[in-house]
Amino acid sequence: MDERVRAAAHLLPDYLSQHILLSAAALLLGLLIGLPLVIAASRSRRLRWPVLTFASVIQTIPSLALLALFYPVLLALSSLSRKMLGHGFSALGFLPSLLALTLYSMLPILRNGVAALTGIEPAIIEAARGVGMTQRQRLLRVELPLAAPVLMAGIRTSAVWVIGTATLSTPVGQTSLGNYIFSGLQIEDWVSVLFGCVAAVLLAITTDQLLALIESGVSRRRPAYVWIGCVALCAGVAAAGAVPLASGHHTSYVVGAKNFSEQYILADLMATRLRSTGATVTTRSGLGSVIAFRALAANELDVYVDYSGTVWANILRREDSPPRAQMLTELGSQLRSRYGVELLGALGFENAYALAMRRDQAAALGIRTLADLATHAAQLRIGGDFEFFQRPEWRALRDRYGLRFEEQRTFQPTFLYRAVTSGDVDVISAFSSDGRVAAYDLTVLEDPQQVIPPYDAIMLVSPHRAADPLLRNALAPLAGAIPIAAMRAANYQVDRADRPSTPQAAADWLGAKLSPSRPGMDRRGKEP
Amino acid sequence: MISLQRVSKSFDGGKSYAVRDVSLTIAARSFVAVIGDSGSGKTTLLKMINRLIEADSGEITIAGDSTRTQPPFDLRRRIGYVFQGVGLFPHLTVGENIGITPGLLGWPRDAIDERVGELIDLVALPRAFLTRMPSELSGGQQQRIGVARSLAARPPILLMDEPFGALDPVTRDALGTEVRKLHESMGLTTVMVTHDVMEAVLLADRIVAVRQGVIVADGAPHELLTDSRDAGVRAMMDMPRRHAERVSALLRDRTQRG
Repeated sequence: MDERVRAAAHLLPDYLSQHILLSAAALLLGLLIGLPLVIAASRSRRLRWPVLTFASVIQTIPSLALLALFYPVLLALSSLSRKMLGHGFSALGFLPSLLALTLYSMLPILRNGVAALTGIEPAIIEAARGVGMTQRQRLLRVELPLAAPVLMAGIRTSAVWVIGTATLSTPVGQTSLGNYIFSGLQIEDWVSVLFGCVAAVLLAITTDQLLALIESGVSRRRPAYVWIGCVALCAGVAAAGAVPLASGHHTSYVVGAKNFSEQYILADLMATRLRSTGATVTTRSGLGSVIAFRALAANELDVYVDYSGTVWANILRREDSPPRAQMLTELGSQLRSRYGVELLGALGFENAYALAMRRDQAAALGIRTLADLATHAAQLRIGGDFEFFQRPEWRALRDRYGLRFEEQRTFQPTFLYRAVTSGDVDVISAFSSDGRVAAYDLTVLEDPQQVIPPYDAIMLVSPHRAADPLLRNALAPLAGAIPIAAMRAANYQVDRADRPSTPQAAADWLGAKLSPSRPGMDRRGKEP
Repeated sequence: MISLQRVSKSFDGGKSYAVRDVSLTIAARSFVAVIGDSGSGKTTLLKMINRLIEADSGEITIAGDSTRTQPPFDLRRRIGYVFQGVGLFPHLTVGENIGITPGLLGWPRDAIDERVGELIDLVALPRAFLTRMPSELSGGQQQRIGVARSLAARPPILLMDEPFGALDPVTRDALGTEVRKLHESMGLTTVMVTHDVMEAVLLADRIVAVRQGVIVADGAPHELLTDSRDAGVRAMMDMPRRHAERVSALLRDRTQRG
């Protein structure tokens, strides 16, 4: 417990500073766009309806969807700009998060602002004109001060929304306090989830209170309050801006991870090895599967682990299934020529769809391979996770080996393992590197006809780092160094229900098991 | 001198007129009351002088210069205006409200402070009020501040739109008398819109009666009281005369009995 809090606190400067910078930028941009719109909409009845309706419609889009939708839009814009101007921009991370949050921040600003400005007594407006104010003086000296309390209430609401919603920018590749929540959710580390929630809530409350101080300073004519509030807010943003600068003077690597335990462990393992050479490393975890590769190709990640069959099908869009070695060679050359991405090496294990059964039962029936299984299938029951029986892998297996089971059932993954150990079913779908395969004493059946495409875990390196000697020296030793049993054991340490470890602890365990001599020890002389 | 020549204003594109083809010359240093019922066009007439409402046609000149040749905010800074609803700025102190127009004209800080002090004396309120907010003042006190604000930049002209309409009779009488005194002492040209004929009779040198956007009577109060060709104006003027006669009859009775 204590160790988990410490692990979370260690990540806080990075996550919090990125969260603050993103929220502040979105709120500032929201104000810069929102305030002129407020003024225009309060002056023109014709503009008011479309502006407020647009903001309301934006608000009804689920925030996660809004963030996700900016990715394809920006991707299209980026490729358009690459075609027309010669260079594109990243469709991941900061930009889509900023745009979505900016749109999200606008409704309270617009609604309160327009209500405040149109709600001013007409007699006051006439008096302002009557004493000889220009339109600008009227706005600055009368309308805005009188609208300030209601407008500030809108800005406060907006700030709280933005800070809360910014946690959802993690899946589109922007580091935020949401990293605690998303990674915690995946590996069932509730301490991490809670830590992220509490941090976001504290940030929102602090910001809200500082804005409240400014608001009361404005309405009660206490310039000191306004100054204290503004200085505190600016100091917070400046401190957040200084964190990356302070840690940015070394060569800095970004290690990516998708959203499950094995990915977190491997990312921490690679990060640890890079750090031991003196480099600064940040990790960006919880990425969507395709997003991780796009981010790597765009040089936003430097390295991450993917699986050969996944890249083969999802990135290269290939439907054939060549043998392992051939697939790896072809992947390497295709990724290099098409994306500039370097395949650094396969780690030595696969994370593939597989069929597993209890070791004792398999031994008793003499089943070692799927071909053996086919002869007994008619007397056996099979269980799969929700998507297994819809997948092409299952259809291919069934047809090639002629698998006809007595009964076929679907389970939520956790219950799947319980079902096979308790004998409710005899065979289950599994991932070959899942720690529970070993923990529940199951055996994975071999696939002699190689129907299931290979899913070798492979290290992919970004175009910019493809020839980076430091990264290559730190990570190349991992190639072929992780046997499936070690990976399963490490995964199980994180996934087990009782006394689970952090991914970092599992990574350290895995690292120690692999190489007694730490990498970089023989390279103390450092890079020039 | 304020001069209106054939001035018209319509709010519905010419279907009906709030002010129709009105010509009027107001002598410097005179106190003119514009009277009429609601919707007669009297307030529109007043607001066209400082261009709070723009005339559709005709010309308005002040001391010979057309009001159209200068930006409206410039014009308004040189014309005092007292609003019907008082219209003090609720977020500014009493002192800041009084000093607003000198501030817009770019007076130095200490000159504004001095002038604000003079004016609060002039409207007979304690200087301690200067740091208060308008909401802390009574209605009568607020309108005194409204008058002080209108005169802060030493305008030669004072326009008043139903200035005492919301006040109780005693306060109304006192404030009216004080405004008349200020009019004299500062040498103002004053135009006051009111629906209270008695107030017009007691304060003004000249009464202009308006109905349906045109002037139906124009003269000194005693002329309108004694002799008007217009039946509507006669009916309007009848009321103060009857009140005066009844009051004097009451006073006569008492002296006879006493």
